[in-house]
Amino acid sequence: MNPFSGLFSSFRARGGVHPDGRKDLSAEPPIRALPMPERLFVPLQQHVGAAARLSVVVGDRVLKGQLIGASGGNISAPVHAPSSGRVTAIGDFPSPHPSGLPAATITIEPDGDERWIEPDVPDDPFSLSPEEIANRVGAAGIVGLGGATFPSAVKLNLSRKSGISTLIINGGECEPYLTCDDRLMRERAAGIVEGIRLIAHAAGASELLVGIEDNKPEAIAAMRQAAAGTDVQIRVVPAMYPMGWDKQMIQVLTGKEVPAEGRSAEIGVLVHNVATAWAVREAIRFGRPLVSRVVTVSGAAVVAPGNLDVPIGALAADLIRACGGLASDPRRIVLGGPMMGTQLPHLNVPMVKGASGLLALTGKEIGLPSPAPCIRCSSCVRACPVGLLPLEMVAHIRAADLSAAVGLGLKDCIGCGSCSYVCPAHIPLVHFFNYAKGELTALEKAKLRTDATRKLADTRNERMQRIVREREEAARQRAAKKAAAAKQKEPA
Amino acid sequence: MFIAIFSLTLLGGSLGVFLGYAARRLEVEGNPLVEEIQAILPGSQCGQCGFPGCAGAAQALANHEAPVTLCPPGGREVVALLAAKLGVEVNLAEVKDSVPHMAEVQEELCIGCTKCYKACPTDAIMGAAKQIHAVFREACTACGKCVDVCPTEATRLIPVPVTLQSWSWNKPDLERAAA
Amino acid sequence: MTLLVHAPHAHVPMTVSQVMATVMLALAPATLYGFWLYGWPSIFLWTVAMGTALLAEAAAVWLQGRAAKPVLLDGSAALTAWLLAVSLPPFAPWWIAAIGSVFAVIIAKQVFGGLGQNVFNPAMAARVMLLISFPVEMTMWAAPMPITTSQAPGLLQGLAITFGSAHWDAMTSASLLGHVKTEFSRGVDLTASLPAHFAAVHGGLADAAWGKRSGSMGETGGLLLLAGGVFLIVRKVISWHAPVAMLLGVAAPALLAHAINPAHYLGVLPHLLSGGLMLAAFFIVTDPVTTPNTPAGMFVFGLLCGLLTWIIRSWGGYPEGVAFAVMFLNALTPIIDRYIKPRIYGRDRKGQSLQLDAKEGAK
Repeated sequence: MNPFSGLFSSFRARGGVHPDGRKDLSAEPPIRALPMPERLFVPLQQHVGAAARLSVVVGDRVLKGQLIGASGGNISAPVHAPSSGRVTAIGDFPSPHPSGLPAATITIEPDGDERWIEPDVPDDPFSLSPEEIANRVGAAGIVGLGGATFPSAVKLNLSRKSGISTLIINGGECEPYLTCDDRLMRERAAGIVEGIRLIAHAAGASELLVGIEDNKPEAIAAMRQAAAGTDVQIRVVPAMYPMGWDKQMIQVLTGKEVPAEGRSAEIGVLVHNVATAWAVREAIRFGRPLVSRVVTVSGAAVVAPGNLDVPIGALAADLIRACGGLASDPRRIVLGGPMMGTQLPHLNVPMVKGASGLLALTGKEIGLPSPAPCIRCSSCVRACPVGLLPLEMVAHIRAADLSAAVGLGLKDCIGCGSCSYVCPAHIPLVHFFNYAKGELTALEKAKLRTDATRKLADTRNERMQRIVREREEAARQRAAKKAAAAKQKEPA
Repeated sequence: MFIAIFSLTLLGGSLGVFLGYAARRLEVEGNPLVEEIQAILPGSQCGQCGFPGCAGAAQALANHEAPVTLCPPGGREVVALLAAKLGVEVNLAEVKDSVPHMAEVQEELCIGCTKCYKACPTDAIMGAAKQIHAVFREACTACGKCVDVCPTEATRLIPVPVTLQSWSWNKPDLERAAA
Repeated sequence: MTLLVHAPHAHVPMTVSQVMATVMLALAPATLYGFWLYGWPSIFLWTVAMGTALLAEAAAVWLQGRAAKPVLLDGSAALTAWLLAVSLPPFAPWWIAAIGSVFAVIIAKQVFGGLGQNVFNPAMAARVMLLISFPVEMTMWAAPMPITTSQAPGLLQGLAITFGSAHWDAMTSASLLGHVKTEFSRGVDLTASLPAHFAAVHGGLADAAWGKRSGSMGETGGLLLLAGGVFLIVRKVISWHAPVAMLLGVAAPALLAHAINPAHYLGVLPHLLSGGLMLAAFFIVTDPVTTPNTPAGMFVFGLLCGLLTWIIRSWGGYPEGVAFAVMFLNALTPIIDRYIKPRIYGRDRKGQSLQLDAKEGAK
């Protein structure tokens, strides 16, 4: 890219904001393993799509990596035991969701041995066919570890149908505080590069790009070194939020734009997170399903922020304890980054596959604003990377005119939070958008439901009428028979 | 001055005549709404609206004789759809969204008399003689007929429990300062 | 149970009050210069405008049953009053400022729904109302007498001018645009009227450029307002599109017309530095509430505003056109917003999802 490409070309990022990165809190200490907790709580739904189907019962002894929940359908992923031990409970447990509602969860008590299942690995992973790689990725329960948690095998299969020319590995990590991908690239670059090449082999991509933000020089250097001699190319992208938005990354690296109502595969591009690439390598080369991930624990309220290698199902409380505990009473606990992360009601929730960060934030870090009237300054318009008009959409949503908001592009909103971040009136713009999207979903569901119940009612009516008709018919036949019999009995 | 008064009066008068003519001449005829409205309503013929079944309610709505908030089992979604169809202004924020309800059979009180499943207009209750009955959540429209006929009051309407799948964000309240 | 809060959990450290305060900071140098140029009467006028605006806003909010303090502290009423005050004749009587402020805050802003809901710029709406209703008081300009000179009105005399009805005919002097217009009506064209105007100003052309001539504080402090505007652009409080477009919208036809007929059309510099154009370009057409949402829309707004200003000044009945032009364009803002929208990612200008040609993909 030349110095002018930022000005004129289609390789330019649009909108976006530059929040205080606060990565220095957790970027330097190397990844530590979390001491195995006393109990692991593994939810059956940690991904987009159908929940996994239970395949163990209470009392079962399991090995590390053993299947405990089978894939629940076409768009689903299996779940595996994060440690060897015993299944002690199956049932409802608080989910890592702002509502605090329970979800079906398997409780495992580790036995301390951490014995893996027997691995089933080929001698040369690259000798496997693309379909076989995709199957193994699916069987390993790998989902998008950037936070989207879309089942990676489904993505690979769909992409293979469309034909992929470019594989982009997303090393952006644009959210403030989060440094898990940064540390992963610094410490495990060789494994990541192998994972990238495996994914490329499975997808049939000929161009392999890794996009890393320019605020991670050590990661860039480590990845460059590991990629030397392979066809993996490391590309530096400008640091801004939301550079990690996959469509933004595609635009900046290739200049191509994904159609709004299409997928990136339609333009021959496939995007995966760096941590997903690492997980793919673990699964294909070592036969290890996805049972752990690196989580950034950060925030001013944490004594010793850092990155932990965490078994799935460890409680947030376990992570905080491993980082020295809380230095002060946090104003808010957040799962993920501060821009798009969800508030946790308390620390007794399990870490799931999509948990990239756990933040304990103080009031000063959050900024505790109170909303003022909108002054139509259009800072939100300039910040929106998609090119929407947040102030107009919110005005319509507040007036309960959801269809007008949809007409302005509500469904294209990615919920990145740039607009809410930058609004001087502190209006919770993204909250309005997600409320509206929820209302629209409820409306659609209600319509489907009404159609279904109406069909049921109509079917029942028909059945009732048919019963009445049949009764009348039977009565008529009986009467006719009676009349005929009576006639017969009459003397001639 | 008189010329000004005269000319403006003439202008106003002629425009008024033109508008009146247009209102008569270009009026929209016909009202094929009834069927479309009926498609929006739940169709369980529960009668809570006070009209003879959903067809009766649809007719009344099309004639603007009934408010769009007439259907309790429909909830806020049906109000929104009806308002959109009829071009009626309704402040959805004021529509008390009674949380969606569903029927529930309290098993310890059920005697298996089969009265409720025979009464249910959408076949949402499963059961047989001397067997405890149960309600299919997805098929129930909360019309309340089963509650009326149950001799032991085992059936009742309860709010549909919110699950992770059905939970959604509330509308932000800007009057209150953020916590 | 903690209150449920939605992301993001971080925020830019900026509030509406801070935005307003920054704009007022940018206005301060020109205003202080104006206080020096015109003396005590201008200070009193500014004070009356500010005071009545805040009182009017407090009254309106109290009538609505809302708390007054947060509304007053957001700084919007103060800013409106400040903008109005610097566009009035400095020696105007106090009731001009009072009526103007009350109109601006109550009729042009609160009646529409308060902050963020008004269609028309309140300061400009008030100025237009005053100009139409009290043409004499609104076109009586005073020659500048710096507060340090002996001819300047003292404190008591200043009080008499603003609050009493002291006559100050001895100090009247026409503003540049006003003088030029009246001379045109007398058949005298620019070749005679301009030199005569500059001769009347003590110090000649250089002093005139630096504002030592009659006009409002927002007019004569033109270069200081330019500096304030650049400060706001650098601080990213306003964007450059509307100001540059407005200056362009006036400069371009002025350049053209002056080249064709210099005796009848003023040149670029006199246009840019008089009639409150600098004030309007950086502080009025950048008012977020009444102007379009997108940079392209803002540019169109500014350009049309400038053009209309030049047209009214050159061919219209009023010597100054800025306030009318702004009001007109405020009414057009919704239309500009309707047709000028950003292109949504992945969609074409019409809003349809991008179509793919071959496997190259949309570029």
